[in-house]
Amino acid sequence: MTEAIVEYRGISKFFAGIRALEGVDFKCRPGSIHAILGENGAGKSTMIKIMSGVLQPDEGTILLEGGPVTFPSPQAANDAGIVCMFQELSLVPDLSVADNISISHPPRRFGLIDRRAQVRRAEDLLARVRCEDIDPNALVRELSLSRRQMVEIAKALGRDPKVLILDEATSALTTRDVQTVYDLLGDLRDKGVASLFISHRMHEVDALCDTLSVFRNGQHIETFAKGERSEGEIVRLMIGRDVEAQFPPKPPLPPAGLREPPLLSVKGLKWGKRLNGVDLAVGRGEIVGLGGLDGQGQKELLLALFGVLRDVEGDVLIGNAKGIPSSPAAAKSAATRLALVPEDRKTEGLMLGMSIADNLLAASFANISSGPFINPKKARAEISAGISKLQIKAGSPADPVMTLSGGNQQKVVIAKWLMIDPDVILLNDPTRGIDVGTKQEIYKLMRSLANDGKAILFYSSDYAELIGCCDRVSVLYAGRVVSEQEGDAISEESLVAASLNIGIEAA
Amino acid sequence: MRMVSVKRGVSQNLGFAIAVLLLLALYLTYNMMHPRGFSSAVAIQNSNETVAIAFVAMAQTLPVLLGGLDLSVGAVMTLTNCVASEFLHGSPAQILLGMGLTLLTGTLFGLMNGCIVVYGRIQPIIATLATGAIAIGLALLIRPEPGGNVDGDLGWALTNSVWDFADTYGLAQGGDAWWLRPFADIPVPFLLVVFVAIVVWVPFRRSVTGRTVYAIGSAEGAAYMSGLPINRAKIAAFTLGGFLAACGGLYLAIQTSSGNADIQQAGAYTLNSIAAVVLGGTSLLGGTGGAIGSLVGAMILRVISFYFRILDIDPLLQPLIEGLVLLAAVSFGAFRTLRVKNQLDLFR
Repeated sequence: MTEAIVEYRGISKFFAGIRALEGVDFKCRPGSIHAILGENGAGKSTMIKIMSGVLQPDEGTILLEGGPVTFPSPQAANDAGIVCMFQELSLVPDLSVADNISISHPPRRFGLIDRRAQVRRAEDLLARVRCEDIDPNALVRELSLSRRQMVEIAKALGRDPKVLILDEATSALTTRDVQTVYDLLGDLRDKGVASLFISHRMHEVDALCDTLSVFRNGQHIETFAKGERSEGEIVRLMIGRDVEAQFPPKPPLPPAGLREPPLLSVKGLKWGKRLNGVDLAVGRGEIVGLGGLDGQGQKELLLALFGVLRDVEGDVLIGNAKGIPSSPAAAKSAATRLALVPEDRKTEGLMLGMSIADNLLAASFANISSGPFINPKKARAEISAGISKLQIKAGSPADPVMTLSGGNQQKVVIAKWLMIDPDVILLNDPTRGIDVGTKQEIYKLMRSLANDGKAILFYSSDYAELIGCCDRVSVLYAGRVVSEQEGDAISEESLVAASLNIGIEAA
Repeated sequence: MRMVSVKRGVSQNLGFAIAVLLLLALYLTYNMMHPRGFSSAVAIQNSNETVAIAFVAMAQTLPVLLGGLDLSVGAVMTLTNCVASEFLHGSPAQILLGMGLTLLTGTLFGLMNGCIVVYGRIQPIIATLATGAIAIGLALLIRPEPGGNVDGDLGWALTNSVWDFADTYGLAQGGDAWWLRPFADIPVPFLLVVFVAIVVWVPFRRSVTGRTVYAIGSAEGAAYMSGLPINRAKIAAFTLGGFLAACGGLYLAIQTSSGNADIQQAGAYTLNSIAAVVLGGTSLLGGTGGAIGSLVGAMILRVISFYFRILDIDPLLQPLIEGLVLLAAVSFGAFRTLRVKNQLDLFR
């Protein structure tokens, strides 16, 4: 075994007396792609933040290429060649792509930033990540989430890392971009770079990594080479217990003739250039998946149904009401109530600085008020019902919601919407960036809601989820539904083929 | 390709583009209506009245880009105005020293603001509310009564045309050199503002520190994670703000040949500076805009007040009309919301 490039010796970290990491010994070798696995709250993020200088360890030492180091700030870690791409992107929205890529060490002329050289540099780096379509002069705020992640990757590359940390860095990428990133990481490995890869997608880890380390409850459980453990064993190591089947069983599909009229039906839905005539129907008790490559109109479709978009055309029937609600406020209070779990929980789903309780109540003030005032008794009852229904792991409902782990934050978002007792539930990639255990809880919850007669429209970028959860899947391509699949006909091959808009025969 | 980049430039700086058009329209109309419009005399008078607010607006831009507000800019201008009124006389060397001292006072005051905000972890708006009062207090100690002693030649040379400047100091054959002729009628105060904007602001904007200021206003967390020098940039922004406010105070002393610790004037300058910053297309949320825009915004505010002289409007109506024009002008920025198709974009 070659000498470790980064080594942890007895690293511990406490937050307000609660241990986040305890006595962690950890090594990573140059020229490897090293997966860090663990549930949310297992200490992965803390471990990464210590390595990248965001947090300082309370005990223990870090060795970089054999010598002890301390990183008082991200800047110090960067200067030592440790570059981290965080789940929360570290891009500045109001600056251009080129500015962002060279943000801390821009090319200079006469001491001032040389914009032309900076644009050239951005073009080179974007070409390396095969994103020549991104204009270096565009503002980052104008880009989609998946493009931003690619810019983030280009930015990290530009810093010539010795250690590259990817924290859920591929969560929003398109299939093509994911392949690009895989190739890149392979190149970097051959050049002796150590990559630390955090992902909740097992197939990514499987395809990419050569070494795996499992964390649980702030402790480093085991490190092993790929192939030494089966997937089941890995999952057991992560959660410390056996897991039952990943997806809850689906009820049999009713025969075509006996189906009730759908609760939500959409015909010829159009919006700008993004939606070009979507036809769709969701009945009570059904989970309908939205498939396809990223950016084919799935998100816009959900936003349109929830009344967020203006100038939407097409025939929509929700319950007995014709037309699209005029705003989210109208959508949630109509006769047939709608709820949307949005794409970005940190900005659209939650008010991060406010308490868990306030976030839970945010959509349902009408139910718990007497006249203009909130009834504290009703509010408390609703809050504790919501917390116990979704098993949200929280110290106190008065804590700010940002103190929760990602999975528990998402549970708060879902619990908030369940409080209005919605009839139609729109889910926009609700399991993005959350751990296996919570994912399974969400799958179960979706199925039990469907069994209660809710209509669920579910967008996911993960094919396995669509196959495991959905009664039917509509695959979108260029703003239209190009394929509808039911029951056992839903398979990875058929979904991929439909995503690329090619016939199954051709595939 | 060229068209694309021009289009992008305008769309990324829409507020600034609107401000420039508004200024051009207002000022051309003003000159057409003025009996002596388009003359050097009118331009000199106008630019003299604009310099102080222009500098103060540029000073305000920096904290606003960070996402904060500086309530001390008017007070720092007043303080430095009083300092300058004490020192701007004697030999040329003494005068230059006095100028340096004045600018140093404002710069140090800005540095203090920055340190309080960064190391005291106090929000800019409340920190500068306090330090602004301190600045006024110091100004009153220096100059309890309006007055002062400012070199007369200097006052004349810097508040008139380029020809007058050359004539006063016997440069370029007393202003009659052939190469000076194309510039002879340009007001010196206008050149001063443009000079400071180019020599101070443009390099700042193109430095890592300057870019960090924008990054902080846009997404401070991302800026920190990117390893940018956050504290240095904040302190630099307030320090530069103090320097620019001192430029305003210095010029005010030269223009009025005196110093005046006028509390109301200080407050009015601070509020007008915020209006000018917004008019110039800088977002109060931080991260977008720039000092050149604020310069244009300050000019717009002043041009509006010029109209009261040539139109026979009751001067008592001036604040009312200024408020309405300001409201109308900033409403231009709201037109974009009419074109937004995704209502979530309104909150970004």
